[in-house]
Amino acid sequence: MESSAINRDLLLEKTQALISSLESADTSEEQLETQIDEIHALKDNHLFQELGKMTREIHDSIMKFRMDARITDLAETDIPDAKDRLEYVITMTEKAANTAMAVIEEGSPVAEKLGAEASVLKAQWQKFRKRELSADELRAMGRDVEAFFDESDLMMSKLLSGFTEILMAQDFQDLTGQIIRQVINLVNEIETNLVELVKIQGENQKAESEQKQKAPEETKLEGPQVPGKETSDDVMKGQDDVDDLLASLGF
Amino acid sequence: MKILIVDDFSTMRRIIKNLLRDLGFNNTEEADDGNTGLPKLQSGNFDFLVTDWNMPGMTGIDLLRAVRADDKLKTLPVLMVTAEAKKEQIVMAAQEGVNGYIVKPFTAQTLKEKIDKIFERIDNA
Repeated sequence: MESSAINRDLLLEKTQALISSLESADTSEEQLETQIDEIHALKDNHLFQELGKMTREIHDSIMKFRMDARITDLAETDIPDAKDRLEYVITMTEKAANTAMAVIEEGSPVAEKLGAEASVLKAQWQKFRKRELSADELRAMGRDVEAFFDESDLMMSKLLSGFTEILMAQDFQDLTGQIIRQVINLVNEIETNLVELVKIQGENQKAESEQKQKAPEETKLEGPQVPGKETSDDVMKGQDDVDDLLASLGF
Repeated sequence: MKILIVDDFSTMRRIIKNLLRDLGFNNTEEADDGNTGLPKLQSGNFDFLVTDWNMPGMTGIDLLRAVRADDKLKTLPVLMVTAEAKKEQIVMAAQEGVNGYIVKPFTAQTLKEKIDKIFERIDNA
């Protein structure tokens, strides 16, 4: 407030002049009035300066707020982008759930069938142990056992590939986790900006807002690419693109 | 064959561990970022490293650099399995000496192919 304080020296000078004028007998009434007005003007100046300063601060704050490109970015790009990313999270979790359920729906009858065939064979085997099987029945059991072995091989590999499918479907947790983390960071940033806005409203002379400067990373890590939302043109569309690129580098 | 799997998401570590087991690699260990992974590598006689890139703490690319800078570890084969799919990142990983690069989401078949290819190349070297 150095420039806005009442100029004490000037005030003292004017006041002393006024006092000597008062003490002097031949000062006119008019002269006294002029001197009083001058002193009064000092106070008015101070008020005007304060008002001017406040106006400038309010103006600066409003301009700064308007021109803060990051806020515009947040509203126009980042929030809609976050919505798309969250939609993608829903798509991925839904896909994973459906994959797992489909494998289970396909696999359960397979397992049940194997179990049922095994118990038929078990009954035949027990009859055989009790010597209750005829030669024909024994031959039939031999054929059944052989067929069961073939079928169980087939069924088992089917079940195992189903397990692998369920396992791979769990990769959604990593990928959606990364996306959700990005959205959490965005929410944090919005929160910071909102707090800033509240501060500007409340005390408009908060001149410098600590614009958070993000530490420059050597390469910004983008996380999972969301289809249709690729962050730049040089994003690989899949493993084949990656393989081609690496091949071009001599891999 | 002893393999270290480094990823900050435990589900992904578990997926990779199970896939490796299906491929016949039963001896695996896990770490959740480079800071915990590097000491394991330095003290553990690992034959192969599978690492994510984007992890809190020490990232996969820094882990790769640390491995290549370590006299005892510098020839360790490293396979990167990551969601990072930008060209410059893949080029960077290649320059830092990665042996294979898989982008998530990936298939069991892709993992098998890349591992086979890495060992084929090492055997021929």
